[in-house]
Amino acid sequence: MKNKEATLTRTDLYKFTLFISGMSSKSLRAIGNIQMINEKYLNKGSELTIIDIRENKEQAVLHQIIAVPTLIKTAPIPVRTIVGDLSDIEKVLRVLDI
Amino acid sequence: MKKNNTHKKFALPKTPTGVEGLDEITEGGLPKGRPTLICGGAGCGKTLLSMQFLIKGILDYKEPGVFMSFEETAPDLVQNVLSLGFDIEKLKNEKKLIIDHVRVERSEIEEAGEYDLDGLFIRLGYAIDTVKAKRVVLDTIESLFSGLDNQAILRAELRRLFSWLKEKGVTAIITGERGEATLTRQGLEEYVSDCVILLDHRVIDQVSTRRMRIVKYRGSTHGTNEYPFLIDKEGISVLPITSLKLNNKVSSEVISTGVPGLDQMFDGKGFYRGSNILISGTAGTAKTTIAAYFADAQCKQKHRVLYFAFEESPQQLIRNMSSIGIDLEQHIKKGYLQIHSARPTLNGLELHLLNLRKLIQEFKPDAVVIDPISNLTSVGNPHEVRSMMVRLIDMLKIHNITVLFTSLSKQYDGRIPDPAEDSVSSLVDTWITVRDMEGIGERNRGIFIIKARGMGHSNEVREFVITNRGIQLLDVEIGPEGILTGAARGKNALNKKISAFKLQSELDRKDREVARKRQVLEASIMSLKNEFASLEEELSILKVTEQLQSGLTVDKKGTNKKAT
Repeated sequence: MKNKEATLTRTDLYKFTLFISGMSSKSLRAIGNIQMINEKYLNKGSELTIIDIRENKEQAVLHQIIAVPTLIKTAPIPVRTIVGDLSDIEKVLRVLDI
Repeated sequence: MKKNNTHKKFALPKTPTGVEGLDEITEGGLPKGRPTLICGGAGCGKTLLSMQFLIKGILDYKEPGVFMSFEETAPDLVQNVLSLGFDIEKLKNEKKLIIDHVRVERSEIEEAGEYDLDGLFIRLGYAIDTVKAKRVVLDTIESLFSGLDNQAILRAELRRLFSWLKEKGVTAIITGERGEATLTRQGLEEYVSDCVILLDHRVIDQVSTRRMRIVKYRGSTHGTNEYPFLIDKEGISVLPITSLKLNNKVSSEVISTGVPGLDQMFDGKGFYRGSNILISGTAGTAKTTIAAYFADAQCKQKHRVLYFAFEESPQQLIRNMSSIGIDLEQHIKKGYLQIHSARPTLNGLELHLLNLRKLIQEFKPDAVVIDPISNLTSVGNPHEVRSMMVRLIDMLKIHNITVLFTSLSKQYDGRIPDPAEDSVSSLVDTWITVRDMEGIGERNRGIFIIKARGMGHSNEVREFVITNRGIQLLDVEIGPEGILTGAARGKNALNKKISAFKLQSELDRKDREVARKRQVLEASIMSLKNEFASLEEELSILKVTEQLQSGLTVDKKGTNKKAT
């Protein structure tokens, strides 16, 4: 899910962390949506980490996760948090400033 | 029939809260394994109550807990309850308590699409499993509503959360901010329907009182009144208003009044232990002195006494009493006596009562002195004072604590009791009145017993004086018009002295007269005897002469016959 070339075209790399809870339909939809955004709008220029909070419960506490799925954009700043399965693509793009 | 019995025996399992008084009104605590809703306005003690529930659970009932805070951060919480003497850090380190601060900031979160609150469930579940928690607090879960937009999801998830909590078998407290028309702003009472407790903070006549009411408790009886509660340095304590029944044990042990002479006015030579005594009187009739005497006597017998002074500071009381020879300070040093001074207006009546109750539970006294109760009327109307007194007296009776009240009565004509006295007079067991007896240009103090339940007592009005050696009850002086006091007593005594002297000298005079008479009598007896003796003598001489003469005549006759 990394593309070093993207760094050439963009000044900074998008870094996402997606928190999901098991392989629920919402989780799968969220993964699909963020991958689609990566391919379609970011020219694969992003790094995505997926954390299943059922497996990594401490991470949920650490990152103040309440609702799942939650997508956190850690870079570039500002940090943005989106909850939901990201099906509202337009809103996601607007919030992520893409 | 048998079915009925088993039915009756069933009791809803409950989790004691450890909050003083709350377990009494809930008859055992919160419903075990179910969520309870605590709602109330800002600053009415929701967070504190729930925190106390957790901490007491850990300390007293060995039930670990999880505190999920949606408002205050963990360090803030730790600080807040540290002032109440609870060391949360220690409990956290011992893995008995987890505080998880859930931050929901609307400005930082955007919503795009469907979601659920699995994050919350997992965090909570994780925390519960880590410490094997039995108690959970969610404070205040309503914050989610301000942080997240999708109400439909939130409501569905909350419903799921509460049933999940029940499945987990944890006893949970959910707090909620009071709404305008509903108990909570978001209508949480819809979801949590097992037990709902409402907290309230009111200011009436500039005196604030916190109150608590159990709105509902499914499957259990509970007190339905509003109960005042107190937040102090040891957290929350609740005072049940009328949970008590009149079935306390009674003692027939008699304790001294401490006042020499006063004991003799009671047939049993004192008060019953565990009874309550009212000393009423007008200003300056030595009510406090009598109370101090009682305290002193109790302390000397190594009983513990708690003295509430609503008029004097402890130092002032000690000084004043030392002027009549009572050393209260030694008892304080030895730990038998505690004096607490507070202005009545410092708190509302309820708080006073709670304070008394707390102090009594801490100090465990054998006797309590409240000096005076009449001052409390300045913070409440007589009805409230009475209800407070009932509760106080009941509480003390249960613990078999002797209580002595003093009450200042206004100078009334005749024998109409003062309202303050009136409010307690039917409650007290023994009622002693000290009063002024005004006479010819002077004022004397008199003491008498109005009633003494279960003990015969003197009907006399005894005069007493206070000197630098203390109280002294004077002997009854009865004059021609009744009992005498003061100057009349002195006058009477003088009169008695004079008449006694007169009588004595009269007696002496009579004695002397008798003696003289006797001498006269004896003298005349002697002279009569002498006279008699001389008469006898004369008679015997006569007799002898007679014999001699008759002898001579016989001889003459004989010679005469011979001659013829």
